Amino acid sequence: MLEIRNLHARIVDDGTEIIRGLNLTVKAGEVAAIMGPNGSGKSTLSYILAGREDYEVTEGDILYNGQSILEMDPAERATSGIFLAFQYPMEIPGVATMEFLKVAMNEQRKARGEEPLKIPEFLKRVKDAAALLDMDMAMLKRPLNVGFSGGEKKRAEILQMKLLEPKLCVLDETDSGLDIDALKIVSEGVNALRAPDRAIVIITHYQRLLQYIVPDSVHVLYRGQVVKSGDKSLALDLEANGYAGVIGQAA
Amino acid sequence: MNIHTTPQRTPAETALIDAFSDRLSLLPGDGTVMLKRDDAIEAIKSGLPTRRIESWHYTDLRRLLTSVPDFDPAAVAKAIAPVVEGSAVLPVLNGVSSTKLPDIDGIAVQRLSEKLTDGSIAPGLDAYGADDAIGALNTAFVADGYFVDIADGTELDKPIELQNLQAGGQTHVRFSVRVGAGAKAVIVERQAGEGAALVSSVSQLLLEEGADVMWLIVQEQADTATHLAQFKAHLGKDAKLTLFVMNAGGNLVRQEVVVRTTGEGADFTLRGINLLAGDTHTDVTMVLDHAVPHTASTEVIRNVVTGRARGVFQGRINVHQYAQKTNAKMACNTLLLSDDGEFSTKPELEIFADDVVCGHGATVTEIDHSHLFYLMARGIDEKTARGLLVKAFVAEVIEELDDEAIVEALEARLDGWFVAHG
Repeated sequence: MLEIRNLHARIVDDGTEIIRGLNLTVKAGEVAAIMGPNGSGKSTLSYILAGREDYEVTEGDILYNGQSILEMDPAERATSGIFLAFQYPMEIPGVATMEFLKVAMNEQRKARGEEPLKIPEFLKRVKDAAALLDMDMAMLKRPLNVGFSGGEKKRAEILQMKLLEPKLCVLDETDSGLDIDALKIVSEGVNALRAPDRAIVIITHYQRLLQYIVPDSVHVLYRGQVVKSGDKSLALDLEANGYAGVIGQAA
Repeated sequence: MNIHTTPQRTPAETALIDAFSDRLSLLPGDGTVMLKRDDAIEAIKSGLPTRRIESWHYTDLRRLLTSVPDFDPAAVAKAIAPVVEGSAVLPVLNGVSSTKLPDIDGIAVQRLSEKLTDGSIAPGLDAYGADDAIGALNTAFVADGYFVDIADGTELDKPIELQNLQAGGQTHVRFSVRVGAGAKAVIVERQAGEGAALVSSVSQLLLEEGADVMWLIVQEQADTATHLAQFKAHLGKDAKLTLFVMNAGGNLVRQEVVVRTTGEGADFTLRGINLLAGDTHTDVTMVLDHAVPHTASTEVIRNVVTGRARGVFQGRINVHQYAQKTNAKMACNTLLLSDDGEFSTKPELEIFADDVVCGHGATVTEIDHSHLFYLMARGIDEKTARGLLVKAFVAEVIEELDDEAIVEALEARLDGWFVAHG
């Protein structure tokens, strides 16, 4: 489903190369974890997948279902089924959360040639998804993410992911800022989305989240490259022995 | 030897002076009112204000007012539904008030033409300063409007909407409202119409002790209209006024806000939205006097500038020498969406007291790219996402009004503007 080939990318503003020849393949139905120390390029990779303009791909390609997405803007990528759960979701004053959800869902339906959702159906979907994530509907009456705690923001990201039903989910440090109860709820939300036709990429610094969302593959990112891939036991190994061993082998 | 030169009159000045001679016999008013009219036209004869007059520096009326339409008695203004559903409407159509007035408990309504005829409105017709061109224009020509008296202790459950609707030509209207002690009301001032009109509209509000008023000015004139408006208020002891101004139309617009806190504990809030498009000029000028101790004010103005539009906000706060413990905060934020648009902000604080908290700030920004990315990353196309963010920028000010029916009604006006200028 996702194939990243020899990807090189840099920050547009200052030309710093962050991704330096990254290769990664994730199949439909797979849950892949990307781990790595701070500064290895994990969040940059997530932004590049979503199409953020601050980064420029200088070499290589990103194929999604066999098609390059490099020329697509963020909205086109999203409507084609790519979803990024942000590490730091934006607070947007003045944009009501419910209005935002309705516009996003209907824009995606429009792109797929479907009719906009009727209001009762829309409300039902939001209520059901919020209940699963133990979210208060009153929170959704507020402006988007404004005044939400760190944990509430992460839940709101997963809520959006559930409602938009993407095919490729990228979760950037979704566990950061979550207490253990919230982590369980969020993980259950993600696990419920596991499906044969859906791939999930989990970007995380710690193994903790992977106890709840068990990955099919684990990839270690270091200095903009995948330096080692393995199954879930690799994550346990990293937890026990740290990144130094793996990085040492690569260097 | 004295060399006195009078600059040549502009076509607009000449048209106004001629119109006064033509209209004089039709204008209502007793002797005192007619004397005020004479003074007013003398002020116009000495010339419309230019940029050399400080308060008109960014709006050179003499240069910008290029033509003045004739009065058009045949014009028919269409009645429109009130902004907030269920409001009691007091319409002025083409400058003429209605003979059928709603009967509401605690409210006395009188046609302003009657108050002019019997002279009882005369004291309110004085200019507030030598640079009061809008006051002079209105005093010279005003023929009608309403006088509304809300009795002490009255609490209105529905808004009153004062409508000034025109269909071209000239209209000069005045609303005078007294809100009694402890009374509570929401008043909408609706300014709309079509055609190449010249409109002057003056609203005078007196808040007695403890009165609580939300006054909403919704200005949606045609993009061919000149709209010169003035809102003057006196706030008594513990009186509370929230003034909301939305400019979403007009070719040449000046809205003056002149507020004076005359009683301790008075509280004034100004929230303004200027939606500017096309080749237009819109000026909001506020003069606020904190004349007694322990009064508070906050002003927030949000502007969206597109096309070749030009906007101005002048906010002057005078804190008088005895007005200790004044708390005043003013902010003006502009979202500049085109290279050809411009917005000028002039905050002025004149503080003669030494124990006060006063501040002001002005910003000019573009759309936040990280916000845009976030919305687009959810599948919202760039144009729609930009629209959401621009609307959000101004909707924030509306949401602060904190009354669901009013917020919804104003957001509907906002949506209307965005659909027309998307």
